[in-house]
Amino acid sequence: MHNKEYRIFKKVLLHIALLIVVLISIFPFIWMLTGATNKSVDVTNGALHFGKSLGENWANLQSSANVFLVFLNSMKITLIYTFVSILICSMAGYGFEKYRSKGKNIVYSLFLFSMMIPFSAQMIPLFKMASKANMLNSHTAVILPTLAMPFLVFFFRQSFQSYPTELIEAARIDGANEFTIFFRLVMAPMKSTFAAGAIYAFMKQWNNYLWPLIVIQTNEKKTFTLLLSSLASAYYVDYGQLMLAIVLATIPIIIVFLTMQKQFVEGIVGSSK
Amino acid sequence: MKRKKKAGPNYNIYGWIFISLAFLLYIIFTIYPAIDSLLLAFQSFEGGKYTFVGLKNFKRMFGDAIFLKSLGNTFLYMVIQVPIMLLFALIIATLLNSKFLKFKGFFRTSVFLPCVTSLVAYSIIFKMLFSLDGLLNQVLIKLGILDAPYQYLQDSTWARAVIIIAMIWRWTGYNVIFYLSAMQNIPKETFEAAKVDGANAVQTFFKITIPQLKPIVLLTTIMSTNGTLQLFDETMNITQGGPANATITVSHYIYNQSFVYAPNFGYASAISYMVVFIMIILAIIQFTVAGKED
Repeated sequence: MHNKEYRIFKKVLLHIALLIVVLISIFPFIWMLTGATNKSVDVTNGALHFGKSLGENWANLQSSANVFLVFLNSMKITLIYTFVSILICSMAGYGFEKYRSKGKNIVYSLFLFSMMIPFSAQMIPLFKMASKANMLNSHTAVILPTLAMPFLVFFFRQSFQSYPTELIEAARIDGANEFTIFFRLVMAPMKSTFAAGAIYAFMKQWNNYLWPLIVIQTNEKKTFTLLLSSLASAYYVDYGQLMLAIVLATIPIIIVFLTMQKQFVEGIVGSSK
Repeated sequence: MKRKKKAGPNYNIYGWIFISLAFLLYIIFTIYPAIDSLLLAFQSFEGGKYTFVGLKNFKRMFGDAIFLKSLGNTFLYMVIQVPIMLLFALIIATLLNSKFLKFKGFFRTSVFLPCVTSLVAYSIIFKMLFSLDGLLNQVLIKLGILDAPYQYLQDSTWARAVIIIAMIWRWTGYNVIFYLSAMQNIPKETFEAAKVDGANAVQTFFKITIPQLKPIVLLTTIMSTNGTLQLFDETMNITQGGPANATITVSHYIYNQSFVYAPNFGYASAISYMVVFIMIILAIIQFTVAGKED
């Protein structure tokens, strides 16, 4: 029947349209994965098959930079940042949500308003502070300034709305102290929320570029984004080596994304609920 | 017998304790710098120290050709890239939300994937695509469309186009996430009712989907315009702001004024407050427009 054919045609069209979108989306990933195993010339020639130059690219990359150290630097900064910012922001979100008062609402509005202040309006004073405190070229200087993230405070506050206040009150009657309640009673059932927040913080710090670019000055302290940027702006660029570096910088995030996609989406959308 | 009422703990204090760490860090690393750079905006480094110069830094902006160019570029990116990206995102989200779609998980994961890449990494990939010895040139030469490789990144129009194309690739999936989750919250009956009334897919899209998504479209518009105003990683890593500042953004220019040229913190701070001012104006406009349509 005409109607049925038309419907099948529409279904096929839908899948073809999305397939084109998918190809555009994942093409750079395929190019970068195969590129990491190919010679520089083959990368720009558009070779989309795996080659034999992975070992050579790895050797070249290692002679350009201490990749292990850079990877460790990035991992260290990101993990410490993620852990501390999640702790601080979740506590703040909990404080705002479960202990409401007029004063706290004013502070909370201040937090929200500051989402409008661009980083460029803070970076010069932050740079001056870091230099006065003798903390230029330190990982502490990379981590400290953005630990209290307004978005995460907001995200956690929204999420704690769904945690029943009666449970907190019941625990109080049982004599539990306020911190035990938060760390034992509230955190456990909200694991998914914490995972979502952690992914958000992890991505933000792992991909951080402008601030490390300003405070980090030596190769020993470099993070992965800084390494990528300097490899790509070299006079002669070895594309095979560069692709391998990009793959190494992207893999941790992709693993997090593929294993925790649900929480990842929640972390992004959480703000709009 | 006197009954002594046990005074309960003051919970309000506990609330403040929970907030204290974040609040302290926030005052030191956000409020103080924001105020400091506001003060810096009215100062200039003259004769070895900062002196108050009134509105001089702000006046200087209007005669600064590179600043005006950076502002123009930023608006160009915003006006072209944001609407195209949001429209693509809406369409892709609609397709992904179709009940006829097979392999939903595969399609979703693939569409979301670009937004996990670091801004530096994808910028470099796009630079490689469009560079003189890059993939696009090689393919076009092989196909016989070009005789010799073309310097896309040395051509101001092309260089801007490359930045816009790259940003569309990186951020469309990110916005799809928002639209898709909002679409899933629209009751199915709404769509079915429209179908019964004989509405086709295009009518449903414009008459039901978009109006229902209005708050989320507003949110993504504000996020995208703010993001564009702070654009830095892309121009820094794809074109370095060139050729001849053709692609430079305001944030990139602030960075150059602070850390590349002879440091000019006063002037750079004034520019950054110009960005704050523009953001607030744009947010007010967007809220007003969204409010009026009701």
